[in-house]
Amino acid sequence: MANDRTASLTGDPSAALSPSEILLEARELRKSYRRGGGVFSNSAKGPRFTAVDGVTLAVKGGETFAVVGESGCGKTTLARMLLRLIEPDSGSLRFEGRDLLRLSGSALRAERRQMQMVFQDPFASLDPRMRVGEIVGEPLAIHHAELRQTEKQERTAAILERVGLGADALKRYPHEFSGGQRQRIGIARALILRPKLVVADEPVSALDVSVGAQVLLLLKELQTEFGLTYLFISHSLPVVAQVATRIAVMRAGRFVEVGLADQVLQEPKDAYTRELLGAVPALPCRWSGS
Amino acid sequence: MTPLLDACGLTVELPTAAGWVRPVNEVSLSIAAGESLGLVGESGSGKTMLALALMGLLPAGARVGGEAWLGQKATGAGEPKRASEKSALGSGVPAGKDLCALKEREWRAVRGGEIAMVFQEPMTSLNPVMRIGAQIEEAIRAHESGLTEKDVKKRAVEALERAAVTEPGIRAQQFPHQLSGGLRQRAMIAMALAAGPRLLVADEPTTALDVTVQKQILDLLDRLRRELRLGLLFITHDLGVVAQVADRVAVMYAGRIIEEGPTLEVLAAPRHPYTQGLLKASPTLERGKLSPIPGSVPQLTALPPGCAFEPRCSLRRADCVTAVPELRRAEASHTARCVLVQ
Ligand SMILES: Nc1ncnc2c1ncn2[C@@H]1O[C@H](COP(=O)(O)OP(=O)(O)OP(=O)(O)O)[C@@H](O)[C@H]1O
Ligand SMILES: Nc1ncnc2c1ncn2[C@@H]1O[C@H](COP(=O)(O)OP(=O)(O)OP(=O)(O)O)[C@@H](O)[C@H]1O
Ligand code: SF4
Ligand SMILES: [Mg+2]
Ligand SMILES: [Mg+2]
Repeated sequence: MANDRTASLTGDPSAALSPSEILLEARELRKSYRRGGGVFSNSAKGPRFTAVDGVTLAVKGGETFAVVGESGCGKTTLARMLLRLIEPDSGSLRFEGRDLLRLSGSALRAERRQMQMVFQDPFASLDPRMRVGEIVGEPLAIHHAELRQTEKQERTAAILERVGLGADALKRYPHEFSGGQRQRIGIARALILRPKLVVADEPVSALDVSVGAQVLLLLKELQTEFGLTYLFISHSLPVVAQVATRIAVMRAGRFVEVGLADQVLQEPKDAYTRELLGAVPALPCRWSGS
Repeated sequence: MTPLLDACGLTVELPTAAGWVRPVNEVSLSIAAGESLGLVGESGSGKTMLALALMGLLPAGARVGGEAWLGQKATGAGEPKRASEKSALGSGVPAGKDLCALKEREWRAVRGGEIAMVFQEPMTSLNPVMRIGAQIEEAIRAHESGLTEKDVKKRAVEALERAAVTEPGIRAQQFPHQLSGGLRQRAMIAMALAAGPRLLVADEPTTALDVTVQKQILDLLDRLRRELRLGLLFITHDLGVVAQVADRVAVMYAGRIIEEGPTLEVLAAPRHPYTQGLLKASPTLERGKLSPIPGSVPQLTALPPGCAFEPRCSLRRADCVTAVPELRRAEASHTARCVLVQ
């Protein structure tokens, strides 16, 4: 019990999970930027501020580890460090026990194949000049150049089909699709290499309510089907509540609370978590349908 | 009682490569002084076009049809319409204006002075190189002549104070980028209300804000509406937000209002299958209850012949495709555009 409590407050992985269960582990990750990089600043030097300030986490294989927090708290910076798309200033990072920060070149590429990202903006994240077939098949072309062309095409068509897009999507361009369909294209691209970990950064924030719900449920189905582990980032507690097994609440670069989703939603320990929960506009006694 | 705003059959048509489309299709709604109407709908349903029509800010080339009366509707309906001010014969109440018939010259007094608007992104309507205070002063001067410079300045600071901007005197001297998102939206509200409009149109004013800040802005709008007896048209795609701010709610789909009624009634006992679907597709803190609506919103250029929701509706019947269902009375003041409503 004491162990559980430390684990939920600090996110210390060793306290709660056995090493073999852990897919991704980060300790004391830190990243700072120079302040005032904006248009009104002309100094390259100046005080630094810390976007991610010592985050420790352990993501268990098969779970959905959600990070929730308000704008600018460091969620995207954290996600990009976890995939080593940006370098942390300090800290350690392990994927299936292997030290990610030590890897480079082909060894790093091999690990990256196991970890894919789904982005917030389905409009900006797809190359408008590429056909959907090329966009979704590109990771295969990069990581599995040895495959025959027909094999690549079949796999591309199959994954598009699985996310709910017909084979005619292959030859079309991103702008011909709605926001929800574009997000499905992004998901297909992320899954085509059969990764173990998918980092989804605000995957439904840009979508309509009815379409966002479709994408959330699709992500859940795919998780079971492909045995995926998710690191799910969102500013919305209601969205996170739909998918998370565990929730980390982030504020100003730190985790203020980590725990099982039900515990965080129903018995929040941290005052800030309670404030976030309290600010969610509630629906009147929910209509449950007939 | 005379409603503050009374729109009847309001229609907006826009030219596209594929011909004219109707983002706003025969919308009727009314708002009383001090009342707040929530307008909900998914992306592309026509919410912003409706708001822009009420502000006289539609894109060039747009055609407007129907009527939207601000104040007492002129009598003698059926007469060809062109005069924007007609006396309400014998009623003793000052004549209203049909917003659909205003000339640009006439709009200048109405916009800001009688109806004001706040947008999702305050930066689109704040001038980035002008101090906050000066922008509010400009809004005041546009509608009130004869005030001394000192009075104008004082009124601007008071406007900020009313919008609960802390240290209003200091904020007035700052530029928009020096304020946080929440403070900027407060400044925007202060500016919108500075010339004393009767109706405020708020188009997704909190969508870009954090939830904790959203809550403060919603509380602020609620307080101002009561204190100033403002009519409020609050546009959002979030049913939870509607539940917080709106007395009544109108749900839009593909340009039409498909359900309208008292907020609590519509949200607790929705009668249109789309409203029902939207509620079940809206994430709440409850887990495992989410169920999406299949398919997506139809293109305005390819609307189904009958009910626009028919392709996605699990309750469709043969007669759903023959004609667009009319709004039917479900309860005393609750209507829904569905053949299932008897
Ligand atoms: N390349 C960069 N240079 C300077 N500052 C940065 C950079 N990237 C991020 N930041 C700053 O770091 C902080 C955290 O940013 P981050 O994008 O990680 O936040 P976030 O939680 O993802 O926010 P949002 O919810 O708005 O996406 C912010 O203050 C941001 O302005
Ligand atoms: N200038 C234009 N010309 C032609 N069609 C337009 C134009 N601007 C908007 N539309 C169309 O009008 C419809 C209504 O758009 P509107 O912006 O009112 O939707 P909305 O309900 O405000 O959506 P959102 O929630 O995304 O803000 C959409 O189908 C849109 O594509
Ligand atoms: S009119 Fe028919 S198709 Fe439209 S919502 Fe009602 S039942 Fe469904
Ligand atoms: Mg982010
Ligand atoms: Mg809009």
